[in-house]
Amino acid sequence: MLRINIDACNGCGLCEQTCAVDAIHVVDGIAEIEQESCTGCGGCVDVCEPAALFMEGQELEEKNNALAEWSGIWIYAECRNGELAPVSLELLGEGRRLADIRETKLSAVLFTDETSNLTAQLISHGADTVYLVENPIFGNFYEDANAAVLTDLARRYKPETILAGATAIGRSFIPRVAASLRTGLTADCTCLGIQENGDLLQSRPAFGGNVMAAVLCSGTRPQMATVHPMVMKPLETDPDRKGEVVKVDVEESLFDTKIRVNNFVPLESEGVALNEADIVVAGGRGLENEEGFKLVEELAEVLGGAVAASRAAVDSGWISATRMVGQTGQTVRPRIYIACGISGAIQHTVGMQSAETIIAINRDPDAPVFDIATYGVVGDAFEVLPRLIEKLKQMKA
Amino acid sequence: MKIVVCVKQVPEGNVRLDPETNNLCREGVGAVINPYDLHALEEAVRLKEEHSCTVTVISMGPPQAEDVLRESLARGADHGYLICDRAFAGSDTLATTYTLSRAIEKIGGADLILCGKLAIDGDTAQVGPELASWLGIPHVAAVRKVVLTAADRKFTVERMMDDGYEEVEVEYPALFTVVREINKPRFSSLKGKMRAKKADIPVLTSKDIEADDRYVGLRGSPTWVSGVFAPEQPDSRGRRIEGTAEEQASDLAEILSPLI
Repeated sequence: MLRINIDACNGCGLCEQTCAVDAIHVVDGIAEIEQESCTGCGGCVDVCEPAALFMEGQELEEKNNALAEWSGIWIYAECRNGELAPVSLELLGEGRRLADIRETKLSAVLFTDETSNLTAQLISHGADTVYLVENPIFGNFYEDANAAVLTDLARRYKPETILAGATAIGRSFIPRVAASLRTGLTADCTCLGIQENGDLLQSRPAFGGNVMAAVLCSGTRPQMATVHPMVMKPLETDPDRKGEVVKVDVEESLFDTKIRVNNFVPLESEGVALNEADIVVAGGRGLENEEGFKLVEELAEVLGGAVAASRAAVDSGWISATRMVGQTGQTVRPRIYIACGISGAIQHTVGMQSAETIIAINRDPDAPVFDIATYGVVGDAFEVLPRLIEKLKQMKA
Repeated sequence: MKIVVCVKQVPEGNVRLDPETNNLCREGVGAVINPYDLHALEEAVRLKEEHSCTVTVISMGPPQAEDVLRESLARGADHGYLICDRAFAGSDTLATTYTLSRAIEKIGGADLILCGKLAIDGDTAQVGPELASWLGIPHVAAVRKVVLTAADRKFTVERMMDDGYEEVEVEYPALFTVVREINKPRFSSLKGKMRAKKADIPVLTSKDIEADDRYVGLRGSPTWVSGVFAPEQPDSRGRRIEGTAEEQASDLAEILSPLI
């Protein structure tokens, strides 16, 4: 089947001119294929200078023969200080859903420095099998050793899919595993699906705008994705679920590391910690400058809430990047989230849309943030916020 | 000590989708150096000032990516190489990092490789760790401080975790990806700009770096974008609060009053 890499297409139109059956049209600078009309002659592929058009399948045929050897869905169960990261249970929920569609097994991979009851927790949340590797080294996080051990397990057991949390740990060592396995990896997905042929449809916000991209890894296995925390739903725990624990012995040299961890320093944050706050007040581009952003800080102070920001506010230097909410920043789930001067592009909303109550203040009545807001205020933050702060102060007094 | 900094040219501002056709609108988008990479470059230049280092900047991209290399030279880098070949078109992170690894080996390797934590257009944060994997060297991601102890051939760095930061030690050669808190990039000097203008920026093609063509470009890229679409927001459009700013503020104060 004729495919196009939209990143490479320069919209030159040579393919459109070449096509004998009128199956390609350049629309808004990108060639579009009408698969119904395409005869697969390949004439356009030959004239495409940036090599954006390609015939899927031709080169991958040999690889495809081996694809069937890979089966089952794995999730990497992230564990820190003897506890599972919440995203691991979310991955089990999503992994269970995908495994049931694919009629295959769901396994969790657990690296730990001590024998614990975490395996039971993984099984009660949906895992059929837990691959367990025990070693003192897993008391800390070592990018190289973690990657070496997971790579080794994947080569031995050949899972079709590996999912991991898009946490600091997952986003650091999972790419190393993907590169070692010479396979594809999609970062920070917010939506997963599975196609009939077993291909994992991996979707994520992309291109810095209000756009989602769907990514496939058709020709290599395992297909790998990191998944944004707090997007997928964990299953209800079921203590009666049965599962198998497989203790895996790994060659000692794989635990070798060139990294030494000296000490951990918990994040000292000015004001209320973002991920624990009941109330979060966030500001964006609409606040115009540092002075405008101060209104957000004032409102947060009156409410005893935490200050957050969209990427626009962070990029403008109004506030530290540690306060960024969204795809690149933190994900929060407070009782109340107040978005001031934030348009609500998917990059931002993915980090806050599961707040219980969302209040949005924005001048633009068509801003996408109003689609998810519990209370929408179409108005000028510079007019509304000072009055609101004043009123709250009076109530407090 | 040899430091290599990887920089990427990215579109300035956001790309948007045509709401009617779901096509990307790319008109009128300028190009800048990825903001995170500016911090990687600044850190390299800072290390150069404290120790004796050479700073080489590489960028993989179209011919116009030469601009970001000149800007890097103006900001204090010593050498720049453009990794550019039509064969590289359509590279995903695996093909990109293979290509970068070949280029780094070709220009004589590095004791330290610095990258931005992520590029603001792709947003993957995968290039640093995957590059380290191809080169077989350790990496630390999301670094917010770098201290070099040359006598022991090691770095002490602070890496960001989700709940704080950790101090870790790494022997070099190593690769770090840096976060924006690490430093404040300086502007380029007039002298730097003059030098950058005249500098020779060699172009490295697929042949120059002796790349295996099975690993570059589309052929070397296991992932591909099968489509783009507008996000489906959970439509929970709630109540609109109307009226003057005064009335809106009153209504909001009412809603928030139980929390005070």
